[in-house]
This record gives sequence, C-alpha cells and structure tokens, in this order.
Amino acid sequence: MLAQLVRWSRIKSPWVLHLNTGACNACDIEVLASLMPRFDLERFGVQLKGTPRHADVIICTGPVTRQTKDRIIRVYEQVPDPKFVVAVGACAMSGCVYRGMYNVIGGIDQVIPVNAYIPGCPVRPDAFIDGVVKLLGSL
Amino acid sequence: MEEFTVPIGPQHPALKEPISLRMTFDGEVVKHVDVRLGYNHRGMEKMAEERSYIQNLYLTERICGICSHSHTTCFAQGVEKLMEIEPPKRGLYIRTLVAEIERVHSHLLWLGVAGHEAGFDTFFMYTWRDREIVMDILESISGNRVHYAINTFGGVRRDISEAQKQTILDSLGLLKQRTEYYTNIGTTEPTFVARIKGVGKLSKELALSLCAVGPTVRASGIKSDVRKDDPYAVYNEIPFEVCTADTGDVFGRVVVRVNELFECYKMIEFMLKNLPVGDIVVKAPRRVKENEVVSRYEAPRGENLHYIKSNGTDKPERLKVRAPTLANYPATVEMLKGCFIADIPLIFAAIDPCICCAERMVELVNVKNGEASVVSFGDLKKLASEQYKKCGNKPEPVSIAKQLEKIRRKS
Ligand code: SF4
Repeated sequence: MLAQLVRWSRIKSPWVLHLNTGACNACDIEVLASLMPRFDLERFGVQLKGTPRHADVIICTGPVTRQTKDRIIRVYEQVPDPKFVVAVGACAMSGCVYRGMYNVIGGIDQVIPVNAYIPGCPVRPDAFIDGVVKLLGSL
Repeated sequence: MEEFTVPIGPQHPALKEPISLRMTFDGEVVKHVDVRLGYNHRGMEKMAEERSYIQNLYLTERICGICSHSHTTCFAQGVEKLMEIEPPKRGLYIRTLVAEIERVHSHLLWLGVAGHEAGFDTFFMYTWRDREIVMDILESISGNRVHYAINTFGGVRRDISEAQKQTILDSLGLLKQRTEYYTNIGTTEPTFVARIKGVGKLSKELALSLCAVGPTVRASGIKSDVRKDDPYAVYNEIPFEVCTADTGDVFGRVVVRVNELFECYKMIEFMLKNLPVGDIVVKAPRRVKENEVVSRYEAPRGENLHYIKSNGTDKPERLKVRAPTLANYPATVEMLKGCFIADIPLIFAAIDPCICCAERMVELVNVKNGEASVVSFGDLKKLASEQYKKCGNKPEPVSIAKQLEKIRRKS
C-alpha cells in the first residue's frame, strides 16, 4: 500500500535538476524550451529544481570536462535515492564533436550511471518529452 | 562592518556556462569581483587544428548553441577570404537572413531572462512562447531548431522557396505585434522599470576603455556595431539603424535590445522582398593557401572575432576565437562593483544572456571566522525581494547573515 503510494507520487511529480557539464548551450535552451508554454513538460508534473537535494532526476547535458568531473560526482551523491540520470544530447551520450579533445573525458556514463539516453544534437523538445515519459513509464 | 567573500558558481547545476565569480562584500555592497574561467573549457581551438576546414565549420557551430550561426558565419567568412572565393548574392542574403532571425531569437530569449531575474515570470513565459514562432521559422529554413548548419564555404546549403518566404512574412506580423507589447511592458510598466533603472551603471568612458561590446556598449551611448562600422555579407545594402540608449544601465540594455528587434524585423522583411535570384553556393577548394585572416561578425551579444591561419593544407594551423561574452567580462566586473547583492542576478543577466536558468548556488563565507554556508540562488532572490519590499527601491546595507537566518527559519 505504502509502496504503491510512493511509486505513484514518484511518477506523478518527478523533480528534475538540470546539470550542464560543459555543453554548448543548445541542449540547455531546448531543455528549458520544453518546460515553457508550447511544450509544457509541467503537465507531467515535471518541475525544474535548483538544488540537487530536491531532485529525483538529473538531466545532464554536454560532455564531461576534466574540471567538472568531480562536481558531477558530488552533485550525484547529493541527490537522494532513488535517483535517475538522463543523458540529453549526443554530447552527454558519447562526446559528440568534442570527443577526443584533451579536456573532454567523454559521455556522462564515464562518470555516473545513466538510466536513459536521449539522442539529438541538440535534442528536440519533443524527443526530450518522449524520453522523460518513457523513463517515467519504466518505473 | 564584516567583509564577506561570496563565490558564485562555478558549477551550479542550473548555471548555463560554468563560470566562477568570487565576490567580496562589505555588508550588502560588492567590493571586489574576481572572475574565474575555464570550467567549460573543452580544447576546441586545439582540436580545430586536427580537423579539416569543413569539419571545423560544424565544430565552430558548437561553440555556442544560442548564437551558433554567428560562429559559423564568422569562420566561413574568414576561410572564404583565405580561399579567395566570393559567395553569390543570394547565398549571402540567406546567410544574413538567418543571422537576423537568430538575433531575434536570442534577444527574445534574453528579454525573458531579464524579466525572470527581475522577478517577472509572466514576462519570461510570454517571450519564450513567442520565441517558438522564431524557432519554427528557423526550422522551416534550415531543418533544425538550434544548430542550423546552413553555412558552407562559398554560400549556404539550402534555398528559400516562395512559400517559405510567405510564411515567414506572415509570422513576422505576429512577432511585431507581440514585440510592441513587450516594448510597452519593458519600458513603461512602473514596477519593472523601477527595478531595472539605475542598476548596473556603466558610463560611456568606462565602456570605451574596457572595450565592452554589443548591446552592453550600445546602452552606454556608443554607436558601435560591426554591421555598420565594417560591413560584412550584405549589410552595406540593407537599411538599418544602430540602436543606442544613453542611460547605461539595465534599463538601457532592455531598450537597446527591444529596438534592435524592430530593426531586425525591418531587415528581414527587406531581405525577403529583395532576395536576388541566382545560385546559392559556389564551389570551394579543399586546400587553402598559406595566409592568415581576421574575421569579424556582430553576434547578438556583441562582436565576435575569429583569427584563422592556414598553411597550405586542408587543415587550419591556428584558430583563435574571441566570443563577445569574454570581451564583456571586464565591464561586468566594473558594473558589479558597488552594487547590492540583490542586483547581482539582474546585472549578470543583462550582460550574459546565457544564464537563463532559475537558480544558482552561492556560498557565503564569513571572512572573520571562515565559516561557510551554502544558499541557493532562490534564497538570494527571496532575500533581494524582501529587502526591496522593506525599503522601497533603495536597499540599505544590512547584515546578510541575519536575513538569511530569517529566511531559513521560515522555510
Ligand atoms: S549534443 Fe549538440 S547541441 Fe547538445 S550540447 Fe552537445 S554539441 Fe551542443
């Protein structure tokens, strides 16, 4: 009974944290755009939060740069369990055009475990919503 | 009075471009600002040396997502000069058209962010909704919403059809109407104006000596615009005005950007109506003779500069990029000095539209006892608005620690 309630509330109101790990901004503005009136991700209860301690889902954009690596891990540790990580964009998946640069480690999964990958450079808001809904559906 | 050091950033989850600002406060007033960069450093310039020119075109596009067209155009222009080819007129027109549409999208985005930082979220939602119209136009022209990839050496990759022209002209009408509404709000709505007037002052002399660029310098009353001063592409054929304001504060920057929006609409209309017929692209060679070039471009945020050195192969020997935001940092530091904590988000947003996100982490360090406390940007904003409520529009220096304590207890 309680477990059901918890599951229900988790699916109905996932709070997300947006984490830029060195992205080119395009993915970020698209993530924001999907929270805006046209696409309105909030109808699924998704809300953008500013601190990791309030979030359930981390939305990562961009490749991991050497300087942000430790911070990603720190942020990941601050998010309370159960936590989910969504890698948004080709960068977060593999490094995209930045792959092989001296300051780029690669995709997010090199540093923290990832639950869902959303491809695109940048991701379209539609794709982003689709990915989030699929993640919610898998809970 | 106690002195505080407040590092803002570097990597707060909601911060768009990771940058760290270490500020020292005397009570409520900013005393020193120390900018630390390099968190978003990926090593692009080095990588550019290992890739061919055409690959670099797509690499430079990914320097920044908001003004992706500005970097490719700047790069393409430079390389075209090195290759000694001249793109056909129609190609140049389409290139400039996309550039101006991009400026509209960037300015609308910025307006929303300014509203958001001033505590006016309705405005934020409105502008972002209307920005979608622009995104649709861009998508119809180029096939992608953000990275248009329309440039290629010697012209552009896609043509514009008559039907597309018509739809763009139709949507322009709606955009104009909405922008008039924003002008009204942004420049006459008393609460909003009271919040942004006199904040983040930058005098004309200071703006000049610190080499500020773009709307930041234009808001200080200096007519500086690469499009007029050193016309590239087809800007010498298109009629337009350089918009300036002489207040030199955040209000001035809003005025400049809103007026620029109208100029953009005029230019887009002109370009669509006078689109020359002909080819859109000429063939470009693969190898580039040994030479060097500096290419300038007026991006939505200011002057963008690319320096390219070629060595006779199909790869550049050196690519150096100076983006407008970097040029504006010294001016930002000056603007922040002497301002109140409550104004930091606003001043920041006024210069660097990249910071669109809601919250950032601020760490307050009490210099005397070295005690650090972490507050979210939301708390900071709450503190700001509370203080403004209390003392009208003239915040007085009070102890930050006391106020934060109060907010904490409340929540
Ligand atoms: S995936 Fe593409 S759009 Fe997204 S951050 Fe990377 S380069 Fe930019």
